[in-house]
Amino acid sequence: MYPRKFDYTAPQTIADAVAVLAADEGAKVMAGGMSLLPLMKMRLLSPATIVDIGRIDGLDRIEDRGDHIAIGALVRHAETAASDLVRVHAPALAQAASLTGDVQVRNKGTTCGSLAHADIAADQTAAVIALGATMVANGPGGTREIAAADFFVDTLTSALAPDEILTEVRIPKGGSGSAYDKLGRRGGRSDYAVAGAAAWVDKPNGTITAARVAVTGIGTKPMLVDAVGAALVGTDGSPEAIAAAAEHATEGVTLLEDLYGSEEYKAHLAKVYAARALTAALGD
Amino acid sequence: MTVNGTTYDRDVEPRTLLVHFLREELGLTGTHVGCDTSYCGACTVIVDGRSVKSCTYLAVAADGADVRTVEGVATDGELHPVQEGFWERHGLQCGFCTPGMIMSSVALLEQNPDPGEGEIRHAIEGNLCRCTGYHNIVRAVEYAAAKMRGEEPPAPDWEVPS
Repeated sequence: MYPRKFDYTAPQTIADAVAVLAADEGAKVMAGGMSLLPLMKMRLLSPATIVDIGRIDGLDRIEDRGDHIAIGALVRHAETAASDLVRVHAPALAQAASLTGDVQVRNKGTTCGSLAHADIAADQTAAVIALGATMVANGPGGTREIAAADFFVDTLTSALAPDEILTEVRIPKGGSGSAYDKLGRRGGRSDYAVAGAAAWVDKPNGTITAARVAVTGIGTKPMLVDAVGAALVGTDGSPEAIAAAAEHATEGVTLLEDLYGSEEYKAHLAKVYAARALTAALGD
Repeated sequence: MTVNGTTYDRDVEPRTLLVHFLREELGLTGTHVGCDTSYCGACTVIVDGRSVKSCTYLAVAADGADVRTVEGVATDGELHPVQEGFWERHGLQCGFCTPGMIMSSVALLEQNPDPGEGEIRHAIEGNLCRCTGYHNIVRAVEYAAAKMRGEEPPAPDWEVPS
């Protein structure tokens, strides 16, 4: 299957890439292309111009910036999953990246690309929300920061403007632990999430002082479920406290039935995986 | 682009996919088009050391890259240990998925010379086979891994009393 015809450009700088996007309404950014090219081959999307950011220097790094780590737009899932920095400071994201797609997809697709695509059943979306990440967008007006919890607006819709590029995601250090777990469409943890949850907790002296849980796969967008974290604050994170908090896992979520499960089934799974992610985040 | 050690210089339409470039422009038809939707892995090739699905890869994006296909794994008429493993352990029936399976297995063994069964199954998760049930493919990769480590491959299942 060939995509429809398009013009192709591979600029050397972010500024040049943004300039193309600003000048051409039909232009679309490509990093790894693992989300974009299938859509183009099925002709669900036919951009007039592909702006391949793969030749821009400096976007392929994971950096330690003191109080946060930064993941550039060209960092591939496999690199996010294998990075010691990510595994130490953002285990939920390392786990979500290791469960994204399959080996070949992880070798080419990028963490930022998956986030910008905003698929409702992606994995790393929930992780960055739970980790309290900041998304960095570059546009004609310069750089702006968007909280991960506000970045996913609706199904396949992010807060990025058409002439903006997600150049980096920043994950704050801190907290006692984080984790991601899911049920995959092909059973086990394979393929897109039928339901998944990411959890981040801070438990400095035996009591949880802050917690965030985000869910994916079950509704119209990946989202932070405030009620779960709120229910955990002040508790000791015991199995009973986790179970009670996980009961809130669908609060505020617009559930969406699909081929892989009814709304009732997905709501049930959301609670199961919220509890599993919390248990893992509170473990060693 | 360098493919199996030979450098090629071609002008292509932007929408030309790497798999079509390899098959139609270079005549390397060992790389198969299977599902064409990035699921089945029949089109797997190794680009700059990493296994990728060439049906979801613009040929222009591989400008300057080092590409390896199934045609490039044998040397001087000698089968690669992974190819030999698929032969010796009956790792194929219809053979359609085999080029992709071989490339994924080659990439795995270059990174991990001694994978366990679970690691092998995880590594070929992106390659679908509709004939074998994967059992003999896993055995073929174990055979190749042992050969590449200079060890005696495990005996075939059919010679081991259960």
